[in-house]
Amino acid sequence: MKAWLRLHGMAFGATLGRLAHTPFATLLNVLVIGIALALPAGAYALLMNLQQAARGVSGDPELSVFMALDAKKDEVAAIGPRLKAEALVARVEFKPREAALEDLKKNPAMGDVLVALNQNPLPDAYVVRLKSNDGDALEKLAAGIRGWPKVESVQIDSAWVRRVAAAIDLGRMAVLVLAGLLSFALLAVTFNTIRLQILTQREEIEVSKLLGATDSTIRRPFYYYGALLGLLGGGAAGLIVYAALQFMNRGVAEFSRLYASDFRLEFLPAGDLGAILAFAAILGWMGAWLSVTRHLREFEPR
Amino acid sequence: MIEFSAVHKRYPGGYEALKNVSFSVAEGELVFLLGHSGAGKSTLLKLIPLIERVNSGSVIVGGQNVSKMRPQAIPFLRRNVGQIFQDQKLLYDRSVFDNVMLPLNVTGVHPRDGARRARAALDKVGLLPREKSNPIALSGGEQQRLAIARAIVNRPSILIADEPTANLDAGYAAEIIDLFAAFSQVGVTALIATHDANAVARAAAKVKTRTIELRAGELVAGAPA
Ligand SMILES: Nc1ncnc2c1ncn2[C@@H]1O[C@H](COP(=O)(O)OP(=O)(O)OP(=O)(O)O)[C@@H](O)[C@H]1O
Ligand SMILES: [Mg+2]
Repeated sequence: MKAWLRLHGMAFGATLGRLAHTPFATLLNVLVIGIALALPAGAYALLMNLQQAARGVSGDPELSVFMALDAKKDEVAAIGPRLKAEALVARVEFKPREAALEDLKKNPAMGDVLVALNQNPLPDAYVVRLKSNDGDALEKLAAGIRGWPKVESVQIDSAWVRRVAAAIDLGRMAVLVLAGLLSFALLAVTFNTIRLQILTQREEIEVSKLLGATDSTIRRPFYYYGALLGLLGGGAAGLIVYAALQFMNRGVAEFSRLYASDFRLEFLPAGDLGAILAFAAILGWMGAWLSVTRHLREFEPR
Repeated sequence: MIEFSAVHKRYPGGYEALKNVSFSVAEGELVFLLGHSGAGKSTLLKLIPLIERVNSGSVIVGGQNVSKMRPQAIPFLRRNVGQIFQDQKLLYDRSVFDNVMLPLNVTGVHPRDGARRARAALDKVGLLPREKSNPIALSGGEQQRLAIARAIVNRPSILIADEPTANLDAGYAAEIIDLFAAFSQVGVTALIATHDANAVARAAAKVKTRTIELRAGELVAGAPA
């Protein structure tokens, strides 16, 4: 057991030594992996920020329920309690047609037009605040209300928010595809780096086997190397994304000031960053495993 | 300690390197394996740590039938058989000391114990003053002694050496033979391939030895088994 731990320790030490022994090549590999991972990680960070922004702007979603012009007073009044009884509804505000007209008259551009009319063209309306932001539930509720008596039309005020949400979903898919593709880049980089290492250490590996090294003792340092390379690459990706967001924030700050907002791009949360690092390390390990399995087979003696 | 029974070895391509070879080496014996170039000496030695496998017959090492050994057990067999290779197989990208540390590193010996044992082995072959040198800077005889130090550092009970005195002048060769005689005296079982008659004679003058001879892959009849 102690010998086993020591073998691990020695393999890890040898790995660090190997990384430090070729600092330039290591740096290049780390950069390649870092850039490959920074693309999906950065896109993911931007999406998250966009989502956050969309949530901030939309506030609670609203429905406007417009009554038919020929609806009688009691027919209009019956709708209020029915709306309140809906589970999704937070608050209902009745806006009588007279009040709506008064509002409109305050608008100097409209005043003259309205005076010319001898009839109020506006319907009675309910403004309904909702508890949920769930687009599908909203759509279903609106469709239901449209079928109620003397309801002329129902308008979802946050339709554009839903469009943004749909766009974000699409973007998330794109990030996944990108991450999948670029994972292959990481796999390829570790595979090839370790292939070169195995070739340059061919003699040591062969002699070690002759002297009684087990297969796992020989493979172990390469696994560590792959995992460490992936981890460092993941770290580099994190730094690149952080730097890019900081840089973009200068532009965003200017923009936010115009809108009197304190919006700025946030870095990835710690959990997501950890997931990226773990993912990179696992991919590095896998690349190493593939390379070692593929290349050590050719070695004598078996 | 080592027992060959009706061993046949055919290389891929069909060449019959060993034909019906049977002999045994008892514990603590020092046996020389003679034979011309191409007779099959290296082939025979390689069957013991399973660098090559027999086509038929059996090889028993320390009571284990190695021809039936599982692949996972092979490293542990090799740790118990000190090997001196015909081409030495030293690593020239590291010091003399690190070359001797290699068999200890692969078994996970504590570095402090390992360093002590490596220095003891280097001392035994008289190379301790050169521990920091690169093997490339050693003379042929010194390189051969380094190979011996690496072979004995794990304190194996069996030592196999493939032409350890080849290309050495008489003085160096004598040093090497004296080393093997000394190992034999402390109970190490040794099988040494050579075609150096002087070396065999020198060892025989110091300790009890025996010789067996291969000729074109067959043991010469009459040699006591
Ligand atoms: N890997 C191999 N593949 C095919 N043939 C081989 C292989 N190794 C050795 N042989 C053949 O087997 C025969 C015996 O070779 P081996 O190396 O055992 O001889 P040797 O007695 O050690 O000779 P030397 O004194 O020159 O070292 C030779 O004819 C050689 O050509
Ligand atoms: Mg030979």
